[in-house]
Amino acid sequence: MTPQPNLEWVDPQALAVTVAERVSGGDRFAGLFASAQADGSTVIRALLAGRGLLDIVQAQLPPGADRYPALTPLVPPASWYEREIHDLFGIEADGHPRLDPLLLPVGPDEQWRPRPGASRMDPKTSLELDNSALSSRVAGQGLFTIAFGPVRSGVFESVEYLVETFGEDIPYVQSRVHYKHRGIESRFGDLGPDDGVLLAERVEGTASVAHALAYCQALETLGGVEVPPRAALVRAVHAELERVASHLDSVARNAEGAGQSVAYARMTLHKERVQRLRALLCGHRFGRGVVVPGGVAGALLVSPAEALQALGVLEHAIADDARSLMDTPSFLDRLRHTGVITPAVADSHGALGPVGRGSGLAQDVRSERPYGAYVILGFEPAEPSDAGDALARQQVRLEEITTAFHLAREALDELKEEDDGPWHLGLPVLEGVGLGTVEAPQGELIYLVEASAGRLTRVKQRSASFHNLALFPEAFGGDILTDFTFIEASFGLSVAGVAG
Amino acid sequence: MAWVLRGLREGIVTTRYPKKADDYGASFKASVSVRAAATTPSPDVTGPVPSTLCPTLAIEERTGEVVIDRGRCILCGRCVEARPDLFAFEPSPEVASLDRAGLFVPEGRESDEELARLRAELRVRVRALRRSVHVRHVDAGSDGAEEWEVAALTNPVYDVQRLGIFFTASPRHADLLLVTGAGSAAMTEPLRTTYEAMPDPKIVLAAGTDSISGGLLCPSYATRNGIGSTVPIDVFVPGSPPSPFSLLHGILLAVGLLPERGAR
Repeated sequence: MTPQPNLEWVDPQALAVTVAERVSGGDRFAGLFASAQADGSTVIRALLAGRGLLDIVQAQLPPGADRYPALTPLVPPASWYEREIHDLFGIEADGHPRLDPLLLPVGPDEQWRPRPGASRMDPKTSLELDNSALSSRVAGQGLFTIAFGPVRSGVFESVEYLVETFGEDIPYVQSRVHYKHRGIESRFGDLGPDDGVLLAERVEGTASVAHALAYCQALETLGGVEVPPRAALVRAVHAELERVASHLDSVARNAEGAGQSVAYARMTLHKERVQRLRALLCGHRFGRGVVVPGGVAGALLVSPAEALQALGVLEHAIADDARSLMDTPSFLDRLRHTGVITPAVADSHGALGPVGRGSGLAQDVRSERPYGAYVILGFEPAEPSDAGDALARQQVRLEEITTAFHLAREALDELKEEDDGPWHLGLPVLEGVGLGTVEAPQGELIYLVEASAGRLTRVKQRSASFHNLALFPEAFGGDILTDFTFIEASFGLSVAGVAG
Repeated sequence: MAWVLRGLREGIVTTRYPKKADDYGASFKASVSVRAAATTPSPDVTGPVPSTLCPTLAIEERTGEVVIDRGRCILCGRCVEARPDLFAFEPSPEVASLDRAGLFVPEGRESDEELARLRAELRVRVRALRRSVHVRHVDAGSDGAEEWEVAALTNPVYDVQRLGIFFTASPRHADLLLVTGAGSAAMTEPLRTTYEAMPDPKIVLAAGTDSISGGLLCPSYATRNGIGSTVPIDVFVPGSPPSPFSLLHGILLAVGLLPERGAR
């Protein structure tokens, strides 16, 4: 079970300074979330990750107050969070260097904001967007922009990258993610705790299990419920297979970008087989419907022994191809020194998941704040790489595929021993603030829920992609247009999770 | 060279579908059906009222009959679990339909003549596309899973190029617009522009429950209840997400290479 967060109230004027002190004291800035309260006020919460703990520093803005001193000048990773809060709540971060629209570009006359939380503004059936609110500023002689997207060349999620370039070098890239904004966080407010998990599975479809898991853990922490051990094991099996599929996707896209057609075909074949294995275990290719508040829906559809056998065949085949891939010089040359995130940059931003681990950061929620079955299974993250390039990120992903199989196998072995008992427990009437964090395929995923008399008034999700995408422009130093594919594929971002 | 051998050693992994049924495809839970007995609900069975079971309001009760709208169903299985006497998963992946009404089971509301007219009209339009169809995919606010399933169509298992189906980057070269997602507000314009850039004849395929009705994401200030209000949909493929087999069935149905399932 994720430990309950420590809450500390501060004055809104002191929020930025308090958070900055904690960060300079060694804590990692993990997010900044706002929530509308029943009395019309707004609570802004900063999440800080210390050793093994997540703390919340929060401040309350009275009804009608629409500004507070920005965190970004003191804590740069807060930039995207403050832009998001500005879009969704209309609250301005005073002193933010560039408070451009991130999720909702609206004209200056539009006063309506979704304000997810207990006191929402009257719902609006449709909101008129105004693209002229977006910044398209380019400065510098001979500099121009190339727009990639929002309709991409190929089967990709919609996102627009404005690449600022002199022709070859890429000094800067702007990411426009608002095309996919679906208003998910407001939608959570319409649903009860049991239906909410279905929506969580659809926030970021490629990480359905991780989202359902983080959502349920937030509820379980709040309700003080410990899920049955064998349910925790089933959760881990699905979560690790999801990680394998996701990492294979990233590796396959690298191979495709480098024109390695056989390697690409092999990797997509493996990925298809992983998806089929997942469907064999639960009836859904993305593991939807497995995780429910309080446990899992039921047993695996096949016996642990059968699952282990299928797993073994797949694991062997993938490991074999992965070895060959890391032995193909024409492929590795495209990744080496491409899209470098230096350990210093990664550390100051608090890069998450494989992006962080490719740049010298060892953090992983599974070992920092072990949850569910990872408490028993035990998990040690691999030694991180300091290279910080696309190759390092791929290396990390390939190693994680091996560990994921290992963990899934261990969990299945444990499941053989488990006897009868419930697969899920009921939750009490929920009240208060709960936090759930898991290591999703792309890194730390956070769900923060607020409940009042059993109703979820606010569900806030922060995908790893949201945090990491802000780091994306940093990867282009010295790289040229043809490197774009590898940088994007190795970051492995999910736009749906960013846009919300 | 090593890679070529590696590829050859695997043998043929490609499905024979649609020539032959595929075992995996046929085992996949792709839709929910109303059991035949349910049309006359037995008085001695008591349980939750069917229409209250569905988080996306896909179940309706009409004068004693239970009707599911597959265009709203996200396959969560709540109804199957609570009322196994009324609902069951149906394994066949062939769930695509040429009209919205065809997604209502046990039977659609449109008349047979209307369906025949739709089919005839589409057949005339796609006559030129039977041997090869070029697909342009647009994501209009999906959760990302749909993209994985669409992309899977080109992996060695489905290998849709063998059927003359190709993905193209330019809408100018595209015959079929394959749209995923609930119709996010900001994608309305790019989607319409892409559609307008395509030459005639053109077909629109809505991939996934979200694109048909918005699924669980609607109502919302940021989505348009599916893509139907932005572009005219010709083929509906429900699913959350639709599996590659369902998508393939939808594409083949669109270009007239398959008879519609359960043709009435």
